[in-house]
Amino acid sequence: MDMNQPIGATPLDGKSDGLVGRPIDRIDGRLKVTGRAPYAYETRDLKNPAYGFLVEAGIARGRIRSLDVSAAKRAPGVLLVMTHENVPEQGEKKEQVTPQLQGAEIRFHGQPIAFVVAQSFEQARAAAALVKAEYDVEKPETSLKAARPTAVEPKPAQTPPDSRLGDFDGAFAGAPVKLDVEYTTPVQIHAQMEPHATIASWETGPDGDRVTLFTANQMLNRGQTSLASVLKLKPENVRLVSHYIGGGFGSKLQPQPEAILSALASKSLKRPVKVALTRQQEFHVATHRSDTIQRIRLGADETGRLTAIAHESWSATAPGDVFYETSAVVTRSLYAAQNRLTRHRLANLNVPIASAMRAPGEAVGQLAFECAMDELAEQLKIDPIELRILNEPEQDPEKKVPYSTRQLVACMREGAQRFGWDKRGAPGATRDGQWLVGMGMAAASRLNPLMPSQAGVRLNPDGTLTVRMAMTDIGTGTYTILAQIAGEMMGLPIERIRVEIGDTAYPKAAGSGGSFGAGSAGSALYVACDNLRQALLQSAGMNAEGAVFSEGRVISGNRSEALTDLAGAEGVEAKGEIKPGAMKERYSQHSFGAHFAEVGVDIDTGETRLRRMLGVFTGGRILNLKTARSQALGGMIFGIGAALMEAAETDTRTGHFVNHDLAEYHVPVHADVPAIDAVFLPELDDKANPLKSKGLGEVSICGAGAALANAVYNATGLRIRDYPLTLDKVLDGWNEREGATQRRT
Amino acid sequence: MKAFAYERPATVQDAARLAAERPDARFIAGGTNLLDLMKLQIETPATLIDVNRLPLAEVTDTGDGGLRIGALVRNSDLAAHPRVRKDYAVLGKALLAGASGQLRNKATTAGNLLQRTRCYYFYDTTKPCNKREPGSGCAAIGGFNRIMAVLGASEACIATNPSDMNVALRALDATVETVDPQGAKRSIPIAAFHRLPGDTPQIETNLKPGELITAVTLPKPVEGVHLYRKVRDRASYAFATVSVAAIIAKGEGDQPKMAKLAFGGLAHKPWRVEAAEAALVETGSTDAAADRVLEGARGQGSNDFKIPLTRRTLRATVAEALRA
Repeated sequence: MDMNQPIGATPLDGKSDGLVGRPIDRIDGRLKVTGRAPYAYETRDLKNPAYGFLVEAGIARGRIRSLDVSAAKRAPGVLLVMTHENVPEQGEKKEQVTPQLQGAEIRFHGQPIAFVVAQSFEQARAAAALVKAEYDVEKPETSLKAARPTAVEPKPAQTPPDSRLGDFDGAFAGAPVKLDVEYTTPVQIHAQMEPHATIASWETGPDGDRVTLFTANQMLNRGQTSLASVLKLKPENVRLVSHYIGGGFGSKLQPQPEAILSALASKSLKRPVKVALTRQQEFHVATHRSDTIQRIRLGADETGRLTAIAHESWSATAPGDVFYETSAVVTRSLYAAQNRLTRHRLANLNVPIASAMRAPGEAVGQLAFECAMDELAEQLKIDPIELRILNEPEQDPEKKVPYSTRQLVACMREGAQRFGWDKRGAPGATRDGQWLVGMGMAAASRLNPLMPSQAGVRLNPDGTLTVRMAMTDIGTGTYTILAQIAGEMMGLPIERIRVEIGDTAYPKAAGSGGSFGAGSAGSALYVACDNLRQALLQSAGMNAEGAVFSEGRVISGNRSEALTDLAGAEGVEAKGEIKPGAMKERYSQHSFGAHFAEVGVDIDTGETRLRRMLGVFTGGRILNLKTARSQALGGMIFGIGAALMEAAETDTRTGHFVNHDLAEYHVPVHADVPAIDAVFLPELDDKANPLKSKGLGEVSICGAGAALANAVYNATGLRIRDYPLTLDKVLDGWNEREGATQRRT
Repeated sequence: MKAFAYERPATVQDAARLAAERPDARFIAGGTNLLDLMKLQIETPATLIDVNRLPLAEVTDTGDGGLRIGALVRNSDLAAHPRVRKDYAVLGKALLAGASGQLRNKATTAGNLLQRTRCYYFYDTTKPCNKREPGSGCAAIGGFNRIMAVLGASEACIATNPSDMNVALRALDATVETVDPQGAKRSIPIAAFHRLPGDTPQIETNLKPGELITAVTLPKPVEGVHLYRKVRDRASYAFATVSVAAIIAKGEGDQPKMAKLAFGGLAHKPWRVEAAEAALVETGSTDAAADRVLEGARGQGSNDFKIPLTRRTLRATVAEALRA
């Protein structure tokens, strides 16, 4: 099915007791909590693996003068020490998947320089420490701030880096109310629980070489293509298996160096090779979210109506890489104004490779923009919600097409009512013991993409249904929602659905990323089930008109047949495919939401703690209220981290992230997450996909941190524009204010 | 991790003797710090001497009203001990402010005393560190040093002692009991136990080779309000940016008649300036006290905030004690 027109009525509509939407537990939950769900590193399908350990460059820029591997090679159990001098030949870089150990040049700290393989993990790790590199060190360029003037226009990603509409400069110059501010966000790390891990097995056969990788990867078919390019194999000879994934947040969208190195080592050793990155290696070897500098200019009339919007963003990545943080893209569709400008610039620095992290662009873009809106509201003496309502566009202001759905105003109103927004005091006016208390809100918006995806279904003779696709479940609940969709479409209880995903041997699927996973893979399954329904009706000679699949039977007119009978001895198969179509261009498609946060700022120490938080979201049809809510809460918790604590600090002398472990790279712990809740407003989006659902994985991080930052302002009267809002910045703000008071008196 | 020998001596005396015989040996108790450091090859002992089964896990009353805490008493058990809760609340509060429940269940009293710094550069074997590799230099100076020392640091090292427990022990005037390889017992006042870095930051305590901690003793309880205020970057499971262990007895009006104040997060050892306590009692001014505490304080760039933060935290803690 190509999504060329609104879907119309579907079998999922109008069933109040259907499977879809119900907050049922994960069908794989029991396996996970009992340790029987094997993650990549735990897979036992590949026998007798050797163990790899990666060696990182300890400098950010220069050349390897000598690499002494003699001690490592002599160490107990060592089978192979792979370096740029003996690595097997590799093919072309594809997307960000890059041939490894290519020469002596070092471009960033943590760049892999050797891969040590031994009989055991401990032997490999000990031998890796014996690899001695001597470098000719050059002074690295590591500061985005310093590189800002020379940053360049990047190659277009999904959208052009710049946009312009009307006359921004003229309108801004003439605007009676103006705001011109800069925000900065730091390097952030995905910090997913499961590290990057792979077990690779290279086999040489009569039809050429093949490689199988059990690997932690979010988008298997994309990984298959890119690995095929780097490993010089046909894509069909590269098999990726990823049955269970312990979080990815974008860091597993593409294969990372450990996958390539283990495949190459397996090729050399003719034996499976397994490897997992250490937590410390995750920071440099795997990708991160770039720091950003963002300049926002807003021009408005006295009533608060925006006339001019400009959002510019600078980000960085390693030399030779093209990924840039698309911070300002969301600004193109969020609020109305005649005159608009967005611009992205990229600096190639001696820093590790930047890539997508949960809501790339929007997450940090809205950290900045939603605070700028709060600043403008303050300047205009308008309620921040009212300011946003005033600037609610009738259609997408840059694409000039209608929104498929847009309930931002409803989200804000619902949230305000539930949260008690009317009790928000003036900045600095609310005190509770040692705490200065404040409330803040922010809007949330995230693009809703649909990706090509395929599915296969098979009605088995025993009345069970098998679902197959190369989809992944990164902890979001994909197994469960697929079972719900198939069960409801076929009128089968969830116990009779077998979901088999996570293998490129199955039909190509979208994978998990960009909030497109559930909608794309779920729609392919919907189409496959629809085709299966037609096939069953046809083979039974039943009238499709008004046919109902329920309780293991199909009923049409006065006939009723058991699916077990229709399955026959062989079972019945069907396929389904979804592709984006004209709906993508004819409608602006986004998920929306509104965040509300209440924080306390310690009046003595400047420590900021969240007190409560609410997110109200719309994401079309909710496929499983429990997993959807969990995902929303997870995104909001990311926002708590972004606002208050998360920052990988670069040592500008050496280009490494200084606090590269989870003791010192702080993410929220339970004590940082008090009463938080997420609710969904009813919505169906018939332009999005046949499920009428929209992406939920990322809208909940968008703007979440900004709500906290705005609450800090409301609590203290301090506007801190440098994330995260750690206590030292609060103290600086107070210090400056006291200084200013003293200067006045 | 490098291969190592594992020994489990039967007596305290054997443990100390073994350690003296093998200079590359380390005692292991809870292992919550040592094992991490071994995995990263920051610590590479040739021998681990497991002391976990030695009879050092008792908490007993001393004859003079004090408390003797065995070296192997786990942090969780110590925090929950009725006498700690009743008479040494500052210690219980400090313990519970540290680490996580799981770690506190494993970590021991002696192990916590010997906990090593969390300096980022100490943990990174690709960077110079005089503590890890004497003479190699200090990468923290001039680098990112948010968690580093502002007091008592040297040109060689600006690391801090990360322990919460040690700060409370310093305020309580604890004594560290040891036995040496010859069987001689020694009592080391907590003030003389940890060292400033000077030009030998690799030597962190005044323990002699082979000397084994057997217990920590606390003098008889001091009347007053016990507080432990830990200022940190997240609500739990974070090391202190600044912490204050305070025992304050209220006098007339708003003035304390007795104060014991120790600080964490500021230096290579728990920081205590008795003159500051005297100043607080004499003048009632926390600023006067803070001036004494912070005498000679120097920021390193990203930790400059600790200096005003110490002043503010002290002010808040004293005020809270006087309100109580």
